Amino acid sequence: MWTGTKMTDSKYFTTTKKGEIFELKAELNSDKKEKKKEAVKKVIASMTVGKDVSALFPDVVNCMQTDNLELKKLVYLYLMNYAKSQPDMAIMAVNTFVKDCEDSNPLIRALAVRTMGCIRVDKITEYLCEPLRKCLKDEDPYVRKTAAVCVAKLHDINAQLVEDQGFLDLLRDLLSDSNPMVVANAVAAISEILDASPSAHQVLEMNSNTINKLLTALNECTEWGQVFILDAISNFTPKDDKEAQSICERVTPRLAHANAAVVLSAVKVVMKFMEMLEPQSDYVTMLMKKLAPPLVTLLSAEPEIQYVALRNINLIVQKRPEILKNEMKVFFVKYNDPIYVKLEKLDIMIRLTSQGNIAQVLAELKEYATEVDVDFVRKSVRAIGRCAIKVEQAAERCVSTLLDLIQTKVNYVVQEAIVVIKDIFRKYPNKYESIIATLCENLDTLDEPEARASMIWIIGEYAERIDNADELLESFLEGFQDENAQVQLQLLTAIVKLFLKRPTNTQELVQQVLSLATQDSDNPDLRDRGYIYWRLLSTDPAAAKEVVLAEKPLISEETDLIEPTLLDELICHISSLASVYHKPPSAFVEGRAGFRRALPPRSQSGNLTDEQPIVAEGGAPTQIPQATVIPGADSLLGDLLGMDLGPSMQQQMYPPAPVQSQTPVQSSMDLLGEGLDTLLGPTTTGGDALGGLGDIFGMPQSQAYVPPQEVWLTAAKGKGLEITGAMCRKNGQIFMEMTFTNRAMQTMGGFAIQFNKNSFGLMQAEPLNIQNQLYVGFQTKVLIVRSLSTH
Amino acid sequence: MSASAVYILDVKGKVLISRNYRGDIDMSVIDKFMPLVMDREDDGNVTPIIQHGNVAFTYIKYNNLYLVSTTKKNANMSIVFSFLHKLVQIFLEYFKELEEESIRDNFVLIYELLDEVMDFGFPQTTDTKILQEFITQAKGIKYRKNEVFLDVIESVNLLVSANGNVLRSEIVGCIKMRVYLSGMPELRLGLNDKVLFESTGRGKSKSVELEDVKFHQCVRLSRFENDRTISFIPPDGEFELMSYRLNTHVKPLIWVESVIERHAHSRVEYMIKAKSQFKRRSTANNVEIILPVPADADSPKFKTTVGSCKYAPDQNSVVWTVKSFPGGKEYLMRAHFGLPSVIAEDSEGKPPIHVKFEIPYFTVSGIQVRYLKIIEKSGYQALPWVRYITQNGDYQLRTQ
Repeated sequence: MWTGTKMTDSKYFTTTKKGEIFELKAELNSDKKEKKKEAVKKVIASMTVGKDVSALFPDVVNCMQTDNLELKKLVYLYLMNYAKSQPDMAIMAVNTFVKDCEDSNPLIRALAVRTMGCIRVDKITEYLCEPLRKCLKDEDPYVRKTAAVCVAKLHDINAQLVEDQGFLDLLRDLLSDSNPMVVANAVAAISEILDASPSAHQVLEMNSNTINKLLTALNECTEWGQVFILDAISNFTPKDDKEAQSICERVTPRLAHANAAVVLSAVKVVMKFMEMLEPQSDYVTMLMKKLAPPLVTLLSAEPEIQYVALRNINLIVQKRPEILKNEMKVFFVKYNDPIYVKLEKLDIMIRLTSQGNIAQVLAELKEYATEVDVDFVRKSVRAIGRCAIKVEQAAERCVSTLLDLIQTKVNYVVQEAIVVIKDIFRKYPNKYESIIATLCENLDTLDEPEARASMIWIIGEYAERIDNADELLESFLEGFQDENAQVQLQLLTAIVKLFLKRPTNTQELVQQVLSLATQDSDNPDLRDRGYIYWRLLSTDPAAAKEVVLAEKPLISEETDLIEPTLLDELICHISSLASVYHKPPSAFVEGRAGFRRALPPRSQSGNLTDEQPIVAEGGAPTQIPQATVIPGADSLLGDLLGMDLGPSMQQQMYPPAPVQSQTPVQSSMDLLGEGLDTLLGPTTTGGDALGGLGDIFGMPQSQAYVPPQEVWLTAAKGKGLEITGAMCRKNGQIFMEMTFTNRAMQTMGGFAIQFNKNSFGLMQAEPLNIQNQLYVGFQTKVLIVRSLSTH
Repeated sequence: MSASAVYILDVKGKVLISRNYRGDIDMSVIDKFMPLVMDREDDGNVTPIIQHGNVAFTYIKYNNLYLVSTTKKNANMSIVFSFLHKLVQIFLEYFKELEEESIRDNFVLIYELLDEVMDFGFPQTTDTKILQEFITQAKGIKYRKNEVFLDVIESVNLLVSANGNVLRSEIVGCIKMRVYLSGMPELRLGLNDKVLFESTGRGKSKSVELEDVKFHQCVRLSRFENDRTISFIPPDGEFELMSYRLNTHVKPLIWVESVIERHAHSRVEYMIKAKSQFKRRSTANNVEIILPVPADADSPKFKTTVGSCKYAPDQNSVVWTVKSFPGGKEYLMRAHFGLPSVIAEDSEGKPPIHVKFEIPYFTVSGIQVRYLKIIEKSGYQALPWVRYITQNGDYQLRTQ
């Protein structure tokens, strides 16, 4: 409709003559305006298809002084592309830029300031300052909004210059501009600058007053501007719950915007500020009710947006399951959904599964398991297993569904089913073992390591009930060398279990596997485990039995939940790449400062001072109940029990710790645990062990040297408690210096420390001297004197 | 925020046109894009975001084109995807179609547009009405006859399980406008909105509960939040004013039952029963029942009382068309196909039956436009026209 009368541009692409550059040069220097313009278009066409036309730089720049807007835009475009490769010649353009910044036409002023900012040549930057300063105060809002972004551009090239020239103040002033587009771009530029250099905070820090202005501009600006503003608001910390609520009230109308980006950014603000409000209040209940419909509607958007929405819903469902608990059906998979949407929906379905809707879910999963897409089918089968573990009442139905699926004999379905059945056995021991016979029928078809390992685990675990367990395991042993490491480990453990349960006639088998593991393998894990078993069996078979056949803790209901501190951080990043990856930005953004976002603590107006965030005693009663995530650990004990079948299994190693303030510290404090002692005891002398482990823990050789503290317990594993520490020697005494950092959402308290008996003979000389409460985000340093025990 | 650059690629991954917005990523990184997409496709692991080193590619596909954006920051993905889709829409409005040729034919204009719609990775003005002011000159708008057309369109999304249970039923409605009004008039739209009726004491009148309402950028959202008034200054021409969603369970308007008899290696037979479950005084037009059949089926034979059947081998389906399908009727269709004696290797899954239809002068929800007030300084008379139509949305019935 716009090109109807015009010739198309494609003709500009068609010059292929040899002397092309030469010819273009002549045309660019032509006296005829029209010919010049045509020539510039040809140059741009060449540039578009990737030809190098940088040789024409001076000739193109000569065309810059024109009153034809279209021509000017093309020359500017050329400049942006080639200025970096021709910095000296780019200077030639400066004068025209400066002149254009004072043109009477605001479109030209804006164009000039916009383009200048894109020419990332140092020499030009200094000439940019004066025009930019003028444009920031231009009478035309179109120029001002362009200049606002230009400040961010300049900051990216030369941050110091921007600060020295006072541009940050000018930018801040634009937050009060009468034009909402200007405000929005100023906000965007400010967020960008703050992200890059936290030092700018002093000037650009938002306060309640600015937030108010932003909320007013919100109603008037473009959809994108609304997102910039909402994202900036989400980074603000309200002073109390009243302010948080009033911001929420003004943000919720945005949930009715047609643009998905506006909706998700509004969701982010609400999810974040809701943390500060009284969880049981009517207002919070109402907010949560308001969030559900817009989230559901996002699933009618384009598939890529659905994908982003689903990844975020996955976080929201973990943080506040109540919001979408009645919306299961909207996550049912449609035949024509792209595979990435299908997989995400499936994941959310499982998270929303409850006793009330399990029948429907199971019927759906069964349907999905007969689809054609292999990945999707696998995940569906796995999901059936997860349902069984999650909803006890449905376990039987799930198992029978899985058996049906095994009957289909579809190879990957069978393998996947066996993997999940192993988990079901662990959750409900002594209940479904009658199906083992059916499983054994499919031994030959298993060619994936995880399925083989699972089957071997099942055989070892129920060796006493499977008559031919020895034969079955022996059959696996034949190709031991070629097996995947996890299968080898599992086979080793299973055969040891078999031997402990049925010692007659299995001795040869166990010796065979021990020698394969210890002598013929390059894998240190396998060798170590082999040796441990070997010694246990040879020195104290009773102890071996106790260790290997120990009663296993039940696996927990929820698998693969995101660890709470990370989840909170990701909630602060709703809608961003981090929320899609489920990874903190530091994991994929280069050179990002260690600045992590965290949800604001709950607070009440009136009784709050800056230094003392008030958090309920122990944190637990008033917090919204959150699923406990068990820290994953490559525990030696776990290995011995042969339960290292996969990442999800490792997470389920420990029973959920009761939410008491002391436990997080104690349960994970086994830094020099007994495991090591028993291991090292018989083989090495105490002195050797001290030397060896001393190195590992950074024990100083010289007296004066205090090694830097190392992270002993990461926040992820310590439920938010991070411990760094180092051993040092002062005045002939051994000290253990530790720094406790509370990275969790709530105050920690009741710290205690316990030294297990250790081969160094180190004991605690003084009680743990630590203040009662460790507030969120605070650190405390402790120094523990340790003495060598006297014997 | 922050897209570093935007590219438009042809189906082979060759760059047709690109724009570097931030200069923080080498533009040649795009050469990695297509191989990455192919790898993902081979692994069955396609996602619309692909991380490569410290660069994230975010892309959508339109016709045979890829629109790709790069970033090495923690960019706002909803913005990036909404922006890329918006870009397609803008190009369509300018060039009517978007394909390789239209890009080459308009590259100068595309460069101009790309310069205007995004700055340093921040989306700017993407409203074509405003863009035209910068990029093609707009005239002062004055119409001889001031008119407004309102189309209320409801789409029914339905998902039915193989054994005939309705798994999901949802109405997605929208109100589309075509505005030909001189000047800058202020409009106010009145609907039979349940929340509004209850708050104004008209709870007994027939009204609809709109589950989730989404409005065009021009509607004053806070006003709606406060007193449910839909007030706005409309852009000129065609746009979608609002959309809404209702979860109310309605009887599926067109119900399809299928009996499929597969005789492996020889033939497959279908018996399809279609039933219209709406009032007799309404009629569904252009009803299409699209029945999936195996890819290797041959020699189609059909028998039907009403309408016509056509085998569409390119879609592996039979399309049964009924031009006019009045309410409360039931029609039958039988189909018969031969199957080869050798079974195909690829299993095809079980595609569902799709149904297409349009029912004019009818909305499932019962939504009604009560008034459209047009307030303009000069006080001219303007005519609002309203049409209602209900059609299929994502309407799927799974087969046995």
